[in-house]
Amino acid sequence: MTGGVSHTDAAGGWRALARAYAGSPLALGGLALLLAIVLAALAAPWIAPQDPYDLARLDIMDSRLPPGSLSADGSLTYLLGTDGQGRDMLSAILYGLRISVAVGFAATLLALALGMSLGLAAGYAGGRTDALVMRAVDIQMSFPAILTAMILLALFGQGTDKIVIALVASQWAYYARTTRGAALVEGRREYIEAARLLGLSTPRILFRHLLPNCLPPLIVVAALQVAAAIALEATLSFLGLGLPVTEPSLGLLIANGFQYLYSGRYWMSVFPGVALLLTIVALNLVADRLREVLNPRLRPQ
Amino acid sequence: MTLFLLRRLLQTVNVLFIMSLLVFVGIYAVGNPLDMLVDPQATRADVARVAAALGLDQPVWVQYGRFLANALRGDLGNSFLHGTPALQLILQRLPATLELAVSALLIAVLLGIPLGLWAGLRPDSASGKTIMAGSILGFSLPTFWVGLMLIMVFSVYLGWLPSGGRGPTREVLGMHWSLLGAEGWRHVLLPALNLALFKLALVIRLTQSGTREALLQDYVRFARAKGLAPRRIVGVHVLKNIMIPVITVVGLEFGTLIAFSVVTESIFAWPGIGKLLLDSITLLDRPVVVAYLLLIVLIYTLISLVVDVLYAALDPRVRLAGGQAA
Repeated sequence: MTGGVSHTDAAGGWRALARAYAGSPLALGGLALLLAIVLAALAAPWIAPQDPYDLARLDIMDSRLPPGSLSADGSLTYLLGTDGQGRDMLSAILYGLRISVAVGFAATLLALALGMSLGLAAGYAGGRTDALVMRAVDIQMSFPAILTAMILLALFGQGTDKIVIALVASQWAYYARTTRGAALVEGRREYIEAARLLGLSTPRILFRHLLPNCLPPLIVVAALQVAAAIALEATLSFLGLGLPVTEPSLGLLIANGFQYLYSGRYWMSVFPGVALLLTIVALNLVADRLREVLNPRLRPQ
Repeated sequence: MTLFLLRRLLQTVNVLFIMSLLVFVGIYAVGNPLDMLVDPQATRADVARVAAALGLDQPVWVQYGRFLANALRGDLGNSFLHGTPALQLILQRLPATLELAVSALLIAVLLGIPLGLWAGLRPDSASGKTIMAGSILGFSLPTFWVGLMLIMVFSVYLGWLPSGGRGPTREVLGMHWSLLGAEGWRHVLLPALNLALFKLALVIRLTQSGTREALLQDYVRFARAKGLAPRRIVGVHVLKNIMIPVITVVGLEFGTLIAFSVVTESIFAWPGIGKLLLDSITLLDRPVVVAYLLLIVLIYTLISLVVDVLYAALDPRVRLAGGQAA
């Protein structure tokens, strides 16, 4: 019964949210850009002019060509130029975007799941659990994310799974703190007490009743953190600590192009950088609007 | 006050101990530095001799115990690669990083406060909106990419500023400093700007929101009613009240500047401790990594202690309690 009511409420809530979100053209543009980027990343193998990691297809004659050049065999125009190995930059960027976006979203979802569970437990149980979790959060947050991630990568070595672990480890605390704050407020409400009196199990109270009401601030933090995760991954990969060369994300592409920058061959690092930038700005625009829309204090009464 | 300081120092020692244990055991678990250190053609006996000389043949707890005993005497071990004490290696490079971090902090504060003040006084003007939009960009642009763009524009295309390095250094008090000459300033400008960008955006936003809030306060209205010149109201009354949060955040962020210098230093080939850490991580030079982390933890805890004490000095309402600050 309760479930049914909250479902219709939720549907109405989402519609109202969408309407409120659409109030800002800039934010709509950001959302459109974000969708386009995610689609391009997902569809990379089908829309890229070339498979950039099929070494048999690369022609060393085509290396370091400026944007708009025709390939040696005349079959392809390199819209964004080529890199030192004759790889089409546009294809490399699309594939790199795929890796960056996948790593960013995967890390965010995992960090969200971990931080949210710990935050809920801390806020609901209080006492020792709360003290323990919040102490860990404090320690975690007193160090910059990049340092935590670098130490972990120094310990584990390179790899996609390792960088996801490093990103989760440096970001879970934000979700834990946000969830705990919301859970503390919501946990005192009457509906939680009613649920407890009905004899519902603790997990059921936590995840069916408490969690949905803690979601709005979490959504905002998550949207911001996806951008932070993508930027952090790019930074670590740029420094050579992140993803291995076999899975070049945008950060690694930029690092590879860096050496050519001094000779004026800007396209190898500038274009992947622009792709990274557009992704981060789009995410920030969306997150910013979500914050305005979801924050009850800023909503007109 | 003495009790407060004592407790905080004890806490710092605690954190240092835990960090050293975590990092030491963690770093022990991965990679074998002998593979990097010894010539692949070396015989087994040679490898064993090197391992014994570096103490790497002992079990981890013996190694940690030895490390801890030495650390208490100020010896954090020798770098595997350079053979010199790790701490000395770091301290040699510390001036470069400090110069970079302090320059970045100066840029952030000296540009950020006026810009934030301007945007706060004219929130609806085109200039105010441009400043705030720029600060959002400063938050979202990845530091390393901005660094590349700075090099591309100012070094490669315009040729105004050097793209890397630190310039000539001069020795003062046994340390090498580069900012004593004009050439050093030319070298530090781009990396400092790069490192400052994020903090600049932060200071602008803090000052802007602080100014907007202060302008609505009674004391500002009263000062206006009293007929004080707008210049004096802003310069004395508003500025004074927004300085506390700005100082706190800027102080706390100084540690982040030092940590983040890893990125900027590697782009601009700045020979500081960040670059050293990066090289040590890739070459598995354990003692240097451990020493760097312990030093960073120490710097962090000391900074937060200084900020807490400063805060109490600036704001008479804040009392330093025995355990927790403010």
